[in-house]
Amino acid sequence: MSALLSVDGISKRFRGLVAVDRLAFDVPEGGIYAVIGPNGAGKTTLFNMIAGVYAPDGGAITFAGKRIDGLTPDRICRRGIGRTFQIVRPFPALTVEDNVIVGALLHRRHVRDARARAHEVLRKLDLYDKREQRASSLTLPERKRLEVARALATEPKLLLLDEVMAGLRPTETDRMVAILRTLNAETGLTILLIEHVMRAVMALASQILVLHHGAPIAQGRPADVVRDPAVIHSYLGAEEV
Amino acid sequence: MIARLTDGLSGRALALLALLFAAALVAPLFAGDYLLTVLILIFYFAYTGQAWNIMMGFCGQLSLGHALYVGLGAYTAAGLFVHYGIGPWLGLLVAAPLAGLAGAFVGYLAFRFRVGGVYFAILTIAVAEFARVGFDHLAWVNGSSGLFLPVKRYSGNDLWLLRGQPVMFYYILLAATVAALIGCRALLTSRIGYFWLAIREDEEAARAAGIDTFRYKMLAVVISAAMTSFAGVIYAFYYNNLFPEQVFHISRSIEIILGPFVGGVGTLFGPILGAAVLTGLAETLTSTLAAIGVDIPGAKQVFYGVCLLAVIVGAPEGIWPWLAQRLGLKGRGS
Amino acid sequence: MPLSLYLNVAVVGILTGLVYGLMALGLSVIFGVVRVVNFAHGEMMTIAMYIAVTLFAAFHLDPLLMLVPIAAVMFAFGYLLQKGLINRFVTRPEHTQFLLLIAIAIIIVNVLLIVFGPDAKTVQVAYAFDSFQIGPLIVDATKAYAGLASIVVASGLFAFFRFTTIGTAIRACADNYTGALVVGLDVKHLYALTFGIGAACVGAAGVMLLLIVDVTPSLGPSYTLLAFVIVITGGLGSMPGALVGGVLIGLTEAMAGLLFTPSAKSMFSFAILVLVLLLRPQGIMGKRAA
Repeated sequence: MSALLSVDGISKRFRGLVAVDRLAFDVPEGGIYAVIGPNGAGKTTLFNMIAGVYAPDGGAITFAGKRIDGLTPDRICRRGIGRTFQIVRPFPALTVEDNVIVGALLHRRHVRDARARAHEVLRKLDLYDKREQRASSLTLPERKRLEVARALATEPKLLLLDEVMAGLRPTETDRMVAILRTLNAETGLTILLIEHVMRAVMALASQILVLHHGAPIAQGRPADVVRDPAVIHSYLGAEEV
Repeated sequence: MIARLTDGLSGRALALLALLFAAALVAPLFAGDYLLTVLILIFYFAYTGQAWNIMMGFCGQLSLGHALYVGLGAYTAAGLFVHYGIGPWLGLLVAAPLAGLAGAFVGYLAFRFRVGGVYFAILTIAVAEFARVGFDHLAWVNGSSGLFLPVKRYSGNDLWLLRGQPVMFYYILLAATVAALIGCRALLTSRIGYFWLAIREDEEAARAAGIDTFRYKMLAVVISAAMTSFAGVIYAFYYNNLFPEQVFHISRSIEIILGPFVGGVGTLFGPILGAAVLTGLAETLTSTLAAIGVDIPGAKQVFYGVCLLAVIVGAPEGIWPWLAQRLGLKGRGS
Repeated sequence: MPLSLYLNVAVVGILTGLVYGLMALGLSVIFGVVRVVNFAHGEMMTIAMYIAVTLFAAFHLDPLLMLVPIAAVMFAFGYLLQKGLINRFVTRPEHTQFLLLIAIAIIIVNVLLIVFGPDAKTVQVAYAFDSFQIGPLIVDATKAYAGLASIVVASGLFAFFRFTTIGTAIRACADNYTGALVVGLDVKHLYALTFGIGAACVGAAGVMLLLIVDVTPSLGPSYTLLAFVIVITGGLGSMPGALVGGVLIGLTEAMAGLLFTPSAKSMFSFAILVLVLLLRPQGIMGKRAA
């Protein structure tokens, strides 16, 4: 499997605080790659650099063979990277369906084609029955699924999920995990996720990267990473394993 | 295409629309002179409200300087007529792009430099004020002395030169309002409309979904500006005199936004309903006061202020959503 | 043109600018703390001006003597307005607040129009034609007093916010709304207090301005806009910025009036606004939003 996304020595400083320090890793195509680490480790900053919210101070990010560092968020999406937000941002006054149609319209000129695609996606995310409801009336787990649906409608090759399990109860987490697993298996969608919920990470990830103070402290298969003493010391805690 | 436009509107809604349209068509036959001028005002504000609504209601950009586009439309057409005898419809071909350009200028300044929200509103006010003072010193339009269109006694209605009876202007503005309504509906249900709504709701999320927000915001501003300039052309040929102090004044800009706010920003029928209610009530107030022999300049404005206040405090979504609910008309995208 | 002319015009500009600065200070304080954009700012000022005019016409009371009572009345007005009406809108979207204040502004302007009529009103104080001479400078007494009074009031305000407990409490609210609540500050009351202070400021500025210009109801909107230009130029939320902005705009207006035509001087203020919004939106002394 070749690398779909290649992060090569990127850094980001915020006025004296080094948020990300010469990070480098590859996300293989069709894989599910998780980034974990304590709060303040630089995970969201990393995401924001990939998604185009900030440009990295140094280094390069390559996606499907082309450089993407420094591009604006909308351009990044058009290249094939979809993202969700840590604090969900649905379009509140629009219906669930319309929210997803907005995403689908990226690659479909006509609203009726976009609507058809939106319905497809909504069915996969178990939101089809709620499609006529206003987004603002959804519960948190439903909104999270809506975020994913909207991003999915843009037909991404890579999906960035920013703590999508946060605030979900175990059953809801399992549901989301199942959906993501299916998507990955059926469509070959590459997923890069930031996550704190280890239950989800262990169930999904084929590879894990552990960040601490903006730098990698472990990288590899889940079984190995969770036994790594540095990881246990800085993040997991002895009882977790 | 018709299907897409009417999709989501209940049979009831369509029937009501047809009824209202029929009533509007025959109104001049029953209305006296004064009432006709009131109706003209209503449709003028309904139309400009619709045009303004595209920027704010659909795309979320608050413009408090829309008088700029009215003024540009009015002065361009009037100037061309007075100096070169060019008719208003041809004048519109110059005025609309000019206004669109002005809108693009404001939009570019604002969006390129990330000026949003209240700052954007203030920017629009400043640009309109700049034009107001600027035109006061512009010799081609006679500056502050005013530009006057030649008015001769015409026996009939000259549609080409827009010389004639008020009733001609009534039908033009009615047609414009209906066209604007259909146009806005078409836009809202199109790809552009969806992107605008997304930008209005959450610009950053819209960008994350791949929308080039700069481009679509610019589109909204340019379309809104060009549409508004048409109202300016009508204004010039209806009143036949233009003063920068009046045409570009911030009160004109506020009058334009009152209809949509009272009726419901972002809705299709809000601006029309708002214009009808507000202008209708305001004129009733004025004529009642006149009837009892009282002339209070400023009373109408106080009334507008109180209405705006009442709507903001009591019904911030506007009257239309509430009314639509009551009449059972709520469909998708109204 | 002789240097002394430039100098005199510049001085007039600076003195007027100080009054503008005080007016803008009120706006800045309100925005900085309550985060409400007071679109009725100039209109509130005209209320104060008309009170002064009426008192002068009835009792021949010098506006400067009436400064404190009028400021107090404006304080009460502002306090009640905030507590009674505006406070509910503090958490609502920006444009709703903006429109609320526009509505209030429209009502104020037109009520004043109905009550006082459109003609300009003025006060003719005893020292209206006095002037001081300092070398080549000839300074009108009225402008000199107005400028001086502005500095005094502004200093008082700075001292209030720096050294008093309430002032510190208000600054705390501005810095951190939730934090202030958590510490037990009565934020609603403090907000109303701040709005009152802003209103008092603009009221005082109005009284001083009366010594320099005549008042008409339409003065309100022009000065609201001017206050915005000043505050944005100086830096929204920065108190010294408001004064700096005020002096800058006063100076620009005066020089523009001299070098070009007086009626076009507001165009320069707007041009400055546009430039600031584009190039340095946080203003001269503002802090860049994180």
